[in-house]
Amino acid sequence: MYNFFTNMSAWMIPAIIVFIPLYAAFRRKVPVYETFVEGAKDGFGTAINIIPHLVGMMVAISMFRASGALELMLSAVRPLFDWMGIPSEVLPLGILRPLTGAGSLAFTTDLIQNFGPDSMIGRIASTIQGSTDTTLYVLTVYFGAIGIRRTRYALKVGLFSDIVGFFAAIFICLYIFG
Amino acid sequence: MVNWIWLFFIVASVVVAAVNGKMDAVTQAAFEGAKSGVTVSFGLISIMVFWLGMMRIAEDAGLLQKLARMLGPIVRMLFPDVPRNHPAIGYIMSNLSANLFGLGNAATPMGIKAMQELQKLNPDASTATPAMCTLLALNTSSITIIPTTLIAIRMNYGSANPAEIIGTTLAATFVATSAAILADRWYRRKSPPPPIVPKQAAQNKKVKPSNAGGEPVV
Repeated sequence: MYNFFTNMSAWMIPAIIVFIPLYAAFRRKVPVYETFVEGAKDGFGTAINIIPHLVGMMVAISMFRASGALELMLSAVRPLFDWMGIPSEVLPLGILRPLTGAGSLAFTTDLIQNFGPDSMIGRIASTIQGSTDTTLYVLTVYFGAIGIRRTRYALKVGLFSDIVGFFAAIFICLYIFG
Repeated sequence: MVNWIWLFFIVASVVVAAVNGKMDAVTQAAFEGAKSGVTVSFGLISIMVFWLGMMRIAEDAGLLQKLARMLGPIVRMLFPDVPRNHPAIGYIMSNLSANLFGLGNAATPMGIKAMQELQKLNPDASTATPAMCTLLALNTSSITIIPTTLIAIRMNYGSANPAEIIGTTLAATFVATSAAILADRWYRRKSPPPPIVPKQAAQNKKVKPSNAGGEPVV
């Protein structure tokens, strides 16, 4: 199982990098290099646009950790999480993920910084952050755009899938990397 | 909501620091945090530039549309109440395939277009239809093949194998999306439309075209 997952991870990127230009060049006669450069220009702006969001959230989260407030919050749930065999450090990420994309990205970065990207906590945090989207933001944007006020069960479904995804990420990581 | 979370972090930090006598550390952490925010964003540039370049090739080669067509049968199964040839179906397919490629910037406009089309089928313009809820559920648990941002951050902090989380992320996202679809199905069956809707729907039937057409704002 471990081999399957690590092989898949190792092959996914090279496979995509080879397949896309090859297909584009031979089947569709796309000028691959020029097209690549054209699209790549957008990447710079995308990364730069994140700076204000990330700085704001990283400041708040670093302060929260340094003051001892994070530890205070975690100490309340630690026994329960220990009992389930889950590192309690990832709990705030589970709470932040559906509410704020920048906040959870900042918290994931904070965990990776403090525990290392290849630690179990670092791997779990990466998986949680990568596997779901910010429910509240998606709901606001999509329903806001068309003037929906009664959202019915949409929020419940979104949050339910976030909770399931959170625990799935943890147990999958514990199983694969454990 | 985000405003309150942010305020909570900052206020709680200062209050707890005052009690613990850690004010120096908190001040230090604030500046360190700002610095990491910038460092991480700069670290994202390399991967973002590379990946968006790659994705432009995929787009120009028509791979996105190809994937969208492959998703057709699944989309029609998930949205039984949307007519087969309705434009909404096309937008939903584009939205989902852009999500798969990790193109958030392309996925959102497509998703909003799909919502606007679904709104035209909606008897009550202020209440979400089951189809809208399903589309939202799929987007909140968005399946992404390559979590590029995370790979970039892991790379920045010296991971021995930044991409090793692709497999676990795919597995977790698959579980989350399945849960979203199942919950959506369950609610669809369980929850009848809100009581006001039938009346309003009946009343609105005549004015529906103008009502639905004028509403969408992006």
